[in-house]
Amino acid sequence: MIYREAGQFKTSYASDQAIFPIAQDRWFVGLATVAAFVVPPLAANEYWLQAVLIPFLIYSLAAIGLNLLTGYAGQLSLGTGGFMAVGAYAAFKLTTAFPPLNIIVVFVLSGLVAASVGLVFGIPSLRIKGFYLAVATLAAQFFLVWLFNKVPWFVNYASSGTITAPNRAVFGVILTGPNATAPVRYVTALALVVVFALLAKNLVRGRVGRSWMAIRDRDIAAEIIGVRPLRTKLLAFGISSFYCGVAGAELVFLYFGSAETLAFDVTLSFLVLFMVIIGGLGSILGSFLGAAFIVLVPILLTNAPQTVGLHLPVALQKQIELMVFGGLIIFFLIVEPLGLARLWQISKEKLRLWPFPH
Amino acid sequence: MDRRGLVSVLLAAAIVGAPVAPALAAGEDFIPLLVYRTGPYAPSGIPIANGFVDYFALLNERDGGINGVKLAWEECETQYKTDLGVECYEKLKGKGAAGALVVNPYSTGITYQLIPKAAVDKVPILSMGYGMSASSDGRWFPWVFNFPTNYWSQASAVVRYIGHQEGGLDKLKGKKIVHIYHNSPYGKEANPTLDELSKKYQFELTLLAVDHPGQEQGATWLQVRRINPDWIFMSGWGVMNQVAVKEAASKGFKMDHFIGNWWSANDADVIPAGDGAKGYKGATFHAPGTKFRVHADIFKILYDKNKGAGRREAVGEALYNRGIVNAMYTAEAIRTAMGKFGNKPLTSEQMRWGLEHLDVTEQRLDQLGMKGFTHPIRVTCEDHEGSGPVLIQQWDGAKWEIVSDWMAPMRDVVRPKIEAAAVEEGKKLGYPMRDCSKEK
Repeated sequence: MIYREAGQFKTSYASDQAIFPIAQDRWFVGLATVAAFVVPPLAANEYWLQAVLIPFLIYSLAAIGLNLLTGYAGQLSLGTGGFMAVGAYAAFKLTTAFPPLNIIVVFVLSGLVAASVGLVFGIPSLRIKGFYLAVATLAAQFFLVWLFNKVPWFVNYASSGTITAPNRAVFGVILTGPNATAPVRYVTALALVVVFALLAKNLVRGRVGRSWMAIRDRDIAAEIIGVRPLRTKLLAFGISSFYCGVAGAELVFLYFGSAETLAFDVTLSFLVLFMVIIGGLGSILGSFLGAAFIVLVPILLTNAPQTVGLHLPVALQKQIELMVFGGLIIFFLIVEPLGLARLWQISKEKLRLWPFPH
Repeated sequence: MDRRGLVSVLLAAAIVGAPVAPALAAGEDFIPLLVYRTGPYAPSGIPIANGFVDYFALLNERDGGINGVKLAWEECETQYKTDLGVECYEKLKGKGAAGALVVNPYSTGITYQLIPKAAVDKVPILSMGYGMSASSDGRWFPWVFNFPTNYWSQASAVVRYIGHQEGGLDKLKGKKIVHIYHNSPYGKEANPTLDELSKKYQFELTLLAVDHPGQEQGATWLQVRRINPDWIFMSGWGVMNQVAVKEAASKGFKMDHFIGNWWSANDADVIPAGDGAKGYKGATFHAPGTKFRVHADIFKILYDKNKGAGRREAVGEALYNRGIVNAMYTAEAIRTAMGKFGNKPLTSEQMRWGLEHLDVTEQRLDQLGMKGFTHPIRVTCEDHEGSGPVLIQQWDGAKWEIVSDWMAPMRDVVRPKIEAAAVEEGKKLGYPMRDCSKEK
């Protein structure tokens, strides 16, 4: 009923190749995007923006980055936290060295720095695959975090070893630093994630994405049909690290405000990997769903007992949260091993036939 | 039992076992508590949180609050993680009648993160004996307080103590001192001061980092064995302390030459090492034990009526008492502010004034039932630290004993460093310098 496509004819290649070939999808996504830009800054309070929505957007971006590498190109990586750290420290170094530089440009440049580091650590992927590659990228994770902790140059010789986001304005509006308001940070994070998600979606639909998927599904076959493994795999590492780098820079500049290397330890890598696995490997939508699941569910679980008037001791509450959260992960992986995105796909197929399934 | 039965039993157990947190009402002073009762730092986090809650509960039960205004608080679990710290801060800063009066982050990492935010939100931070040492200069950091003393003062007081033990500060020359530190902003804090003192007194300083969470220290202690230091100073936290004390004991290091900072000398840190921990020393700025009047009141009014936050035996642990001291400073700052603004619920800006004019005298400590429990402290606009002196306590196998006089920090070394660092850190955040002569 809602999803009836009768009468929607594709009369050109362009309309056949559209990201959302169904008009209802197009409308829905369009409206949702506009609503995301308008409603929360006006309606949500600072807690929702600062502690819930901004981290969700930033982790979504990181999850998209890892999904490109792991979901599309099939290269298992545990170096996400390290690459995000590269982005964060690069952004800090760049903006303190060149304060007038537009902070958005700084984010993109720090993404490029992360990309080049990703390229270097992607080289082993030409020789090793699967779990062995995961271990090799784990080395990147530990090495990078150790490096930022060890070399004081990266933190401008601050004795505490923390990096702090300075106030930076674009067109007179303060985007980062303590004086940036939560709505402004939110809109910045949202704009970046929308642009980069669109880019990623187009990337995976095109030649690059197809060659990634060819490598993922059977690399020898891909090589025979003319996909060059070296370039394809390194490109995947580079672009993935770019996304992670931008997300890392945002993490410090839009969310934490100040960070130490501990914020980028291996737990972060696992967290983003779980987002990708739970959301759905090889799906941009899945990255958002996975990030939403991992970021929002614990917060909901923490706040749930209080909203129903139940005052539990915090330790018990935390333990319940961990148990329920773990249970939910197992539940979703059993119900739908291909992730939340697949769940959505199935329900969409059903909706298209509803109310007259064959 | 079927599934539904199991769930309802669990729920029922949760409800019965839960001490009800005080509900928020208008006309109360609200204080958010960022605690960590779970995770690798829980051994350190639990006693502090309990001390805090017990003292506030005592004030409410015994005196009906402060000058007739009840205290309200809410705990939020951070697990010592910075991202959860932000979430907790955002969640709690606006609660209560007039918002949070003061925030106690209980993590140097979270403190660093909140320093820029709190000034914008106008919420004072009380990072008691932790956080950013540079924030001791109140001219640059009006919203941050770290009295009674900071990491740099502590490091200098410990060096002074070591000098005393060696027979004079000049005897430090050529001695080997190792600083084992948690590889985080917290652990690194003492390094610049130790570095400077090592040049001044010509002792050989080696800095050894232990990575989060600190369970893996094999390499560190191999290095310690190779260096064979005369003294070890440690800035550890959570499970790292227990592991380090055990390692030192098993390596046969002279435990009375091993000094933890005041976050590395709690009961839970030494008990796992058994008799091996005997002789281990730690810095502190208050006495251990329960022989003070305030503890008698806590037992009588809370624990005898089953209203205590923790186990009865845990009252008087080093970190439990730290929680009491911190809660006492908070309460006294509220009292100070009420002296100026009247006996009604305060705003956070009035609370800041109260913190800045806090003057806890010997006489006041006596009235509070804390005579000899901690040192008097006076905070001023310029000095948010107070450079309070430090005690050294020693573990005798069953309890901590104070084994030193009050050791004064080397203010002549520390204060200029703080002022220089405050300029640097303040500029980073774009702060102006206050003129304290214009403040009232």
